[in-house]
Amino acid sequence: MTNKERMALAEWAKDEALKRGADQTAVTISKDRSVEIEFRDKKVDKLVESTQNSLSLNIYVQNKYSSHSTNDLRKDSLAKFIEEAVSATKYLTEDEYRALPDPKFYPKEKPADFKILDPYYSRIESTDRMKWAEKIERATLAQSDKILSTTAGYSDVYFQTIKLHSNGFSGEKEGTSFSAGTEVTVKDGAGGRPSDWYYARSRFYKDLPDPETLAKEAVQRAVSKIGQKKIESGKYVMLVENRVSSRIIYGLLRPMFGESLQQKSSYLEGMLGKKIASEALTIIDDPFIEKGLGSRHFDSEGLAAKRRVMIDKGELKYYFIDNYYSKKLNMDPTTGSPSNLIIESGTRSREEMLKDIKKGIYVTSFIGGNSNPTTGDFSTGIIGHLVEDGKLVQPIHEMNITGNGKEFWKQLVEVGNDPYIYSSWRRPSMLFEGIDFSGL
Amino acid sequence: MATKITRREFLDQGSKGILLAATVPYFLQSNVSSAFAASSMGLQDYYDHFIVDESILKGIMSEALAYGGDYCDVFFQHKINNYIGLQDKAVNRAYSNVDFGVGIRVLKGVQTGYSFTEEITPKAMKLAAKTAATIANSSKQVDPVQFKLHTHPNYYPIETPWEDVPIDRKIPYLQEINEKVFAADKRIVKSNIWFSNETSYILFANSEGRLTYDYQPMGAISVNCTAEQDGKRESNGYTISGRNGIEFLTPKSIDRVVKEATRKTVDLFKAIKPEGGEMEVVLAAGSSGILLHEAIGHGMEADANRKEESIFSDKIGKPVAEKFVTIVDDGRDSNARGSINIDDEGNDTERTMLVEDGILRSYMHDRLSSRHYNLKPTGNGRRQSFRFSPLPRMRNTYMLPGPHTKEEIIGSVKKGLYAEYFTNGEVRIGPGDFTFYVKSGMLIEDGKLTSPVKDINIIGNGPQVLEDIVMVGDDLKISESGWNCGKGGQFVPVSMGLPTVKVSKITVGGVS
Repeated sequence: MTNKERMALAEWAKDEALKRGADQTAVTISKDRSVEIEFRDKKVDKLVESTQNSLSLNIYVQNKYSSHSTNDLRKDSLAKFIEEAVSATKYLTEDEYRALPDPKFYPKEKPADFKILDPYYSRIESTDRMKWAEKIERATLAQSDKILSTTAGYSDVYFQTIKLHSNGFSGEKEGTSFSAGTEVTVKDGAGGRPSDWYYARSRFYKDLPDPETLAKEAVQRAVSKIGQKKIESGKYVMLVENRVSSRIIYGLLRPMFGESLQQKSSYLEGMLGKKIASEALTIIDDPFIEKGLGSRHFDSEGLAAKRRVMIDKGELKYYFIDNYYSKKLNMDPTTGSPSNLIIESGTRSREEMLKDIKKGIYVTSFIGGNSNPTTGDFSTGIIGHLVEDGKLVQPIHEMNITGNGKEFWKQLVEVGNDPYIYSSWRRPSMLFEGIDFSGL
Repeated sequence: MATKITRREFLDQGSKGILLAATVPYFLQSNVSSAFAASSMGLQDYYDHFIVDESILKGIMSEALAYGGDYCDVFFQHKINNYIGLQDKAVNRAYSNVDFGVGIRVLKGVQTGYSFTEEITPKAMKLAAKTAATIANSSKQVDPVQFKLHTHPNYYPIETPWEDVPIDRKIPYLQEINEKVFAADKRIVKSNIWFSNETSYILFANSEGRLTYDYQPMGAISVNCTAEQDGKRESNGYTISGRNGIEFLTPKSIDRVVKEATRKTVDLFKAIKPEGGEMEVVLAAGSSGILLHEAIGHGMEADANRKEESIFSDKIGKPVAEKFVTIVDDGRDSNARGSINIDDEGNDTERTMLVEDGILRSYMHDRLSSRHYNLKPTGNGRRQSFRFSPLPRMRNTYMLPGPHTKEEIIGSVKKGLYAEYFTNGEVRIGPGDFTFYVKSGMLIEDGKLTSPVKDINIIGNGPQVLEDIVMVGDDLKISESGWNCGKGGQFVPVSMGLPTVKVSKITVGGVS
């Protein structure tokens, strides 16, 4: 199916839903094709290749709402699917806030090209993919004689999506993404088997780092963990490596969502325009980044994408408000799903920040843990290194950090100049003061 | 009930004449004729359901093995999920998903080729078979497979299949629960209730001739609430889930989900954060089985051992815990969320001894690992759906009862933590680091439960914690809540259980 044929099917599905009694409907049809290769012991360990389709339908009948999806796109099946979906929706309770977005929030301009589709995709052969994975494995094994096990991987995805709303919105999207990397387990001589990984993801094939870099990053990280132990509990300076800081950022985003606010489960309720973090923190939701993994012209509800400074030098400027909760909260919608989340970078490198730490902990991985959006409480396991006089002196593990988001983000003293580019959340390394670590 | 027609006829006819405009819709059961009485479906019904027969299956397999693969299997699945939700006192949202397709796997030694298709035409299936077959690269004539139907017991009998439960029968439960939640405590200000059910039809065949099928139901009810007191707010919740029909909602279970959700929420107002560090920890009977899941379970999945990635890789047959510690992974517990009649490789399920009287006994195997170790499969080969190739996964993981009582265990602690409710956990199987998040519990001081505590992470080392289990209660409880276990990008439903257990030393998150 081409996107044009998909749009025609969506038109048909929309008409079918309206004919069956829906007042409004939104149809999304997507397809993705993915290939995934794992390489180990010098041969292909796993090869997965597939194409999948889906059609989803949001239905509004007399302010009653439901949403349905299926991967069976034959018209006969769909007709029955739609009939059932509409008639069952009628049994739900009326909710005055249930309706498609006001068309004034839909995009008006013609979409710009964010370069999320790599034209080279169609020229990639299966042997190229195999070679990628094979080279990464070879490069990994060449890094160290302590390696017990490694699996290298390569994958790519091509997707097409179209959306059609019965009140005037239609849009389409087509893109690619590529991922490559490796996982490594090493022996530590004491029965433990430290492991680590390094994976990169990009919109363009040529933007993947070379196999040697991927291999080196993964192996260095695993080997540097040899001799891990836990140290005394106490308050420490904490430097968080860029690639793992998403875990703590997630704890800050959860209470920023419309549903959390409306359901009284957000510790950030009523904080708009107030300081919720230190000056060092600026977070921008920017949908318009070239080759961005979260770039888009409209969000999942058809709302026009817009760049917003969500948190400006510690001050909360916007919440993430989707269509439904915007009505319930009587606020303008922003978006219910972040696009590219940019944590504004500082000026110094991670190494420079590290050099100035007299005594602290450099966190290279989080493990487990959770946060409570209602109260801000959080507690999370960490893996990393003890830092003394600017040097990594001891790999550590089996420790927790514990605190509350209300204070924690005010303890952020500096961010690095090293945004992590292999994610839609581009976050630099972050330096905090006075964090509670529990260990011995 | 409509007259029985075959699925092929049904698809050819589209929706004509079957559904049932006069009755309330089932929200959703697209393409399942209500003529299928799930419990009495036989092989022919499954063939009809997936529009295949023996000769089509043989054709797929010949294609799959034509390039030198030494084994193949096909996994047909039709899965229907329904959710309805209550928020702000109204059942104002419903979601459903229909997933239909077939996964084809070809093995050559330990190498895996995998493909799936959502189109179940013989042509599309042969193309998928050919794609999976490219893991091998020679050519070979293969004899047609002779199938033999494999039957198995049913560990999740249900009274009413979800196909026979229309939406208007579910809605009143949510309204009733909502009223009870607000009546239970006047501090409750918000209540969110989810009702979900799933039905999965599976037909499996492999090149060794095994042919089998299963019908897997699942039901869950989940209550989350927020309470206010003196300008402070707290949220918490409770879930009941299992391979059940709607009969799992009884006056008793409804009262329990209401009571647990509300009590757990308002109790948090009194909760404090303990001082962090190493301490004695008592794990309450029930969902504390998360300890086993993270501390030993994942490390005992055989793929990690076959690849030498697990800290347990060289410990089979060795003592790892006190003699009164026996840990099993069982797929046969009645209607439990992690139970499976057969695994997703067509193998029978069983009780697998991970640790028996303190000795490390057996890994959990899938086909690849049982081949590698030359052992009988343990029925742990599971997958999220037809889109995925199977991996060794847990089912219901728990510790058998021990010699101590709950009272004597709590009474033996001078200063420590009693951990009761959990939200999530994680493990690194190489070094053995594992964690789980304690949503709520109590402090133990001088042998007595004192202040409630909340929102703290526990972190430890798997083999070390097994050694440090110093007391095991006689009060084993299997968690009735829903757990989803994620690994390699795939989620499968599991359960877990534990008697009251004391660990002599483990690091608890907290303040200093």
